[in-house]
Amino acid sequence: MLHRFAKFLVACTVLLILAGSLVTSHDAGLSVPDWPTSYGWNMFTFPPSMWVANILYEHGHRLIASTVGFLTIIMAVWLWMADPRRWMRWFGVATLGSVVAQGLLGGLTVLFFLPAAISTAHAGLAEIFFCMTVAIAIFTSPGWIAGYDMNAGIDAPAGLHRQGGHAAPPLRYIATTATLLIYAQILVGATMRHTGAGLAIPDFPLMFGGVIPDHWSGAIAIHFTHRVGALLVTLAILALFTHVRSRYRDRPELMRPAALIVALVAVQVTLGALTVLSRRDPWINSFHVVCGAMVLTTSLVLTLRSWRGSFAYHERMEPQRAQSTQRKENDLIRDGARA
Amino acid sequence: MRLRNTWVGLLGIALATTLACGGSQETSSTSAKPESPSATPAGQKVDTATAGDVKGVVMIDGAVPKNEAIKMNADPVCVKENTTPQSQETYMVSADGKNLGNVFVYVKDGLGNYVFDTPTTSATIDQKSCRYHPHVFGIMVNQPLEIVNSDPTLHNIHAMPKGNSEFNNGQPIQGMKMTHTFDKPEVMVPFKCDVHGWMNAYVGVMSNPYFAVSDKDGKFELKSLPPGTYTIEAWHEKLGTQTASVTLGAKESKDVTFTFKAAGATATN
Repeated sequence: MLHRFAKFLVACTVLLILAGSLVTSHDAGLSVPDWPTSYGWNMFTFPPSMWVANILYEHGHRLIASTVGFLTIIMAVWLWMADPRRWMRWFGVATLGSVVAQGLLGGLTVLFFLPAAISTAHAGLAEIFFCMTVAIAIFTSPGWIAGYDMNAGIDAPAGLHRQGGHAAPPLRYIATTATLLIYAQILVGATMRHTGAGLAIPDFPLMFGGVIPDHWSGAIAIHFTHRVGALLVTLAILALFTHVRSRYRDRPELMRPAALIVALVAVQVTLGALTVLSRRDPWINSFHVVCGAMVLTTSLVLTLRSWRGSFAYHERMEPQRAQSTQRKENDLIRDGARA
Repeated sequence: MRLRNTWVGLLGIALATTLACGGSQETSSTSAKPESPSATPAGQKVDTATAGDVKGVVMIDGAVPKNEAIKMNADPVCVKENTTPQSQETYMVSADGKNLGNVFVYVKDGLGNYVFDTPTTSATIDQKSCRYHPHVFGIMVNQPLEIVNSDPTLHNIHAMPKGNSEFNNGQPIQGMKMTHTFDKPEVMVPFKCDVHGWMNAYVGVMSNPYFAVSDKDGKFELKSLPPGTYTIEAWHEKLGTQTASVTLGAKESKDVTFTFKAAGATATN
């Protein structure tokens, strides 16, 4: 049940990211000039008849954000009361803290007229919060709790597997690097959006008719960095997929996200190109943001699963808690199986 | 149990904070205090007995770009208020297509130590039929600017100056008014409505009263200028600026013509 709720929170967060990106894409960030009120009303009593034009995007974003915040409170309390893993309980608290900080950044960026630094931080923290919700869904999943099939895989010693082993270091490091690279790419993209550099290079796939721009400005440099970043991320994902496919073909918990992320990257590059070619159509631009977040979290899923063995190792280091942890984990697995 | 109580307490605080926010409906506001006109520093006043005028026309040379079409269907009130196809007000031209309106013309330099009283009467910008009226205008530093919402829909008025303070105020109810003053000269301060993305306007904030906006026939007039040599600038929201130098004798009247081109501009006098 907890795992299902975590997945529901992930779905709501996807919706929240879409709503937030629609705000920026429609240049609607200041259409509700006050915060936390909306035109003087409590945001929950602001009349729907007034949700017109760009207010629909900004006010809708605030309502969805409030809902996600409330769901995160429930999640944190639930984890605190029900999860036997101490680190997991504190992770729930940290997730709640990040959504509170995210709300404050959202308010501050309105009150200070959307300064690029605060707006970019808002976008960056949104991705971290999304990652945390996905991580909770992973950590509460029956597969994670059971340790997946640690005896599968061809590159790790069998003895280590039986003790709750890892995927081999190459996968862990490739996946971790890919995830960090994707996050850096998203930060560059957010900087590009919030400094108005989205069309600083107006053509695609060429740049001012050449392979590299023939002139430079700050905006062009940011935009160029995002395109180079896209290339690097694509290469990293292809390397990740190739590695998983060659060495972990019998590990569905690794193969599935590896295949999915290749498809998502293909969609993402297409959406990025269409964003430029459509002169930043708001919906295409927004789906580009959402797809980027999904690329990041898919890579995160793969990364976390590749590190699963380390979590098992650390849990063995708490012998006093081990028995009760095992008992409660068994309960969670049973609940998960029922669900 | 203690931890559980802590969580319940935190939840209560979060809800109480949310519910305590807002609920009031402002009908007017003042975002800056106007300074008293009597605070004008000592200096030379213009002798109207010797003052002259500068009159002129703003022309546009070449094919006038078409104004961008506007879709107002995101707000039913705006659609109802505008039954014909709408477009931006970027290029306001005369019937023969030769003269250009909505150009802000002002004395940029040459007034030396003259001092001017700040008008106590307000200038007004009205949000009506989902447009700003006027689209281009001027006021003096510390002159009250009354901002009115005449529409039965919400507007926010968002000023984006570089030298003055930025502000963004909501006017959700028809008939709402607020007053604002700018404390530094600035040409131009853009206004926009973030609710209705097509709404924009520009105000020139001046330290002297010698400014005008060209009408649809491109005509403008700067009255009661003291004798002297002046730099006069014409500003257009898309075509940029151009300047002319004018030397005015006592009680003299001079004509100036500004000619903007789609790519570049020239001035003659």
